Amino acid sequence: MDDPKTAPEPGHEKAEQASRIFAASRSFGITPEQYMLPAQQQIRMLDAAGTLVPVEQQGTGPGHEYPIPEDEVLLKAYAALVAGRRINDQNYALVRQGRLAVYPSSHGQEACQVGAALCLEPGDWMFPTYRDTVSVISRGVDPLEVMVSFRGDWHCGYDPREHRVGAMSTPLTTQLLHAVGVAHAAKLRGEETVVLAMCGDGATSEGDFHEALNFAAVFEVPVVFFVQNNGYAISVPLSSQSAAPSLAHKAIGYGLAGEQVDGNDMVAVLATLRRAVHLARENSMPLLVEAVTYRMQAHTNADDETRYRDREEVEQWKQKDPLLRMQTFLTGEGLLDDDAAGRITEAAEKVASSLRQAMTADPAENPLEIFDHVYAAPTAQLLAQRAQLDDELQRATTDEGAQ
Amino acid sequence: MSTITATSTTTFASALNTAMSDAMEADESVVVFGEDVGTLGGVFRITDGLTKRFGSNRCFDTPLAESGIAGTAVGMAINGMRPVIEMQFDAFAFPALEQIFSHIAKMANRTRGRVRLPIVIRIPYGGGVGGVEHHCDSSEAYYAHTAGLKVFTPSTAADAYLMLREAIDTEDPVVFFEPKKLYWSKAPEDLSTLRQAYESESENSRRIGAQGQAVVVREGSDVSIVSYGPSVATALKAAEAAAEDGISAEVLDMRSLVPFDEAGLIRSVEKTGRAVVVAEAQGFVSVASEIAARIQERCFHSLASPVLRVTGFDIPYPAPKLEEHHLPDVDRILDALDEMQWED
Repeated sequence: MDDPKTAPEPGHEKAEQASRIFAASRSFGITPEQYMLPAQQQIRMLDAAGTLVPVEQQGTGPGHEYPIPEDEVLLKAYAALVAGRRINDQNYALVRQGRLAVYPSSHGQEACQVGAALCLEPGDWMFPTYRDTVSVISRGVDPLEVMVSFRGDWHCGYDPREHRVGAMSTPLTTQLLHAVGVAHAAKLRGEETVVLAMCGDGATSEGDFHEALNFAAVFEVPVVFFVQNNGYAISVPLSSQSAAPSLAHKAIGYGLAGEQVDGNDMVAVLATLRRAVHLARENSMPLLVEAVTYRMQAHTNADDETRYRDREEVEQWKQKDPLLRMQTFLTGEGLLDDDAAGRITEAAEKVASSLRQAMTADPAENPLEIFDHVYAAPTAQLLAQRAQLDDELQRATTDEGAQ
Repeated sequence: MSTITATSTTTFASALNTAMSDAMEADESVVVFGEDVGTLGGVFRITDGLTKRFGSNRCFDTPLAESGIAGTAVGMAINGMRPVIEMQFDAFAFPALEQIFSHIAKMANRTRGRVRLPIVIRIPYGGGVGGVEHHCDSSEAYYAHTAGLKVFTPSTAADAYLMLREAIDTEDPVVFFEPKKLYWSKAPEDLSTLRQAYESESENSRRIGAQGQAVVVREGSDVSIVSYGPSVATALKAAEAAAEDGISAEVLDMRSLVPFDEAGLIRSVEKTGRAVVVAEAQGFVSVASEIAARIQERCFHSLASPVLRVTGFDIPYPAPKLEEHHLPDVDRILDALDEMQWED
């Protein structure tokens, strides 16, 4: 790529982002292409057994350096991993018991889920999808509030502004643009807000993925696009989804840097995301991180995974379990002893038990509330319909009383 | 507004432009963006001068992607801004429909009223300007059908100013349909008087409000011609022609399709006992159908004649050489009046 400062053709001047990329790559002593393209291999700190990989095999290099986070951050991440796994399994069970309408589990993807929450500052924002329950909880939102929409309630449960977490989004990748908008509003006000925009591998085929990356780069806003590539979009494998060398390679087409990380390596995920968030904040520029992981369970309870994948494939991924790898690593480093592990398990059990209790209860709902928030002030039409439902409800109560 | 002494004239376009600049002046969270709205001032020049006056942080061009524009507006509104976005032409808004239908319309509801999105989506719409295909659609029914959106469409320069300012100040998302054939129409309005009227709320007798106040633009006693947006002018001409035949037609400008002023509609039709609904859009499953259904449901016992609709045909817009055959005109409205039952 040419230095954008040298003689552009008239009417073809480059965007400021190109200059920023050029400056950043020069500061690392590499070309803009080397900066924007992912490293030659996935960033990986822990091998499948949980042993620290020698630094020359971690995939890092100039412009792609990822310092290992401090011990207390690693321990915090482990506690969140244990809680996340427990939440996934508890919710899976609640679906089977008919207590939840649906639960798209992130079992197997917990390192990504936790990394997404722990890389952000309190003033930052996160825009999650329907599979990112554990991220939202790890960010600090009350698990009971997060679960209400999966219970079948008509609203998202939590206050997005209070927690700086967008309402979990079902229409794929639409939330990436919301992330760009939040970051752009913050930038116009001179605030340093980083926004983490989450999506999956299938979602990268959607048009809004393209529009969001492009807008973010043109607007020069600090958005970190975090793609959890779990191999499948319901039943369709990545090979039928994209012909790109990797999803991280998509970044360069928009003028931003992409990186691919082992999504089942908690240390690497955290290191990569933290660095991306740092670069985004420092330079007011977007980045893309693709985490290669695996969805260990079916898409949802309504899905039959045996129709599209072998048990053996799932078994192979079991050997790369993010939880066990992190546990082995921390124990080996002397950071985790039985006492600490016990306390972490106990805390996770508490969350699971409160979920169990809350989802087993049937809180009384006011059906009339479905009219109350559609507009700031209700229209005559909605007031009439509200009165109609109210009347129906009262007659139903009277009928019950008469029987 | 009855006190206006018309010493100056304004165009519909400059009324819209002034509404935006006044809103930007009054509230620094108001931002305007879209395709070509910055340096160029929009393909219709409705945002002319806003970037120059307020800077490119307040009025800016985006990459060419309508879903991107609408989705970015969602995020900016979540983060405290009041975005006014422009869709360049009616049919160019369709890539943004997922953002508009699934998020802009629903965000307040799915967050239990905690996150309201005060976004205005400006859409130039309708035909009659010699535009080519995809540039002349009347797409209001899609938006009016979607719960959570408000849908405004002014038919006069005064309403262009007052309703756009009200739309920008509304906490709910508003789809603001601008009849493009009215852009260059002139009216004896004074913008500073309108500004004063808007800013001293009590003087603004034309507020849409929560109930979507419609206005009677011509009083009559024999038939109500119910209309909105670009068709109001045609309805008025038809009413004038009908008067020559001894028919006293009242013309009602709905102005706001959501919220819908059913009370105002009933008042007019109960008085006249007859109604014809006029709109450019295809008639099948349209806003005109909804209005006709409501008249039938609410005013049945006052009706002396079936409710009729004069609308565009149920065809893709035949732009531009044959559009005159498609658009409701005075003759077609008069034919509908003839068709009505006039004996007691």
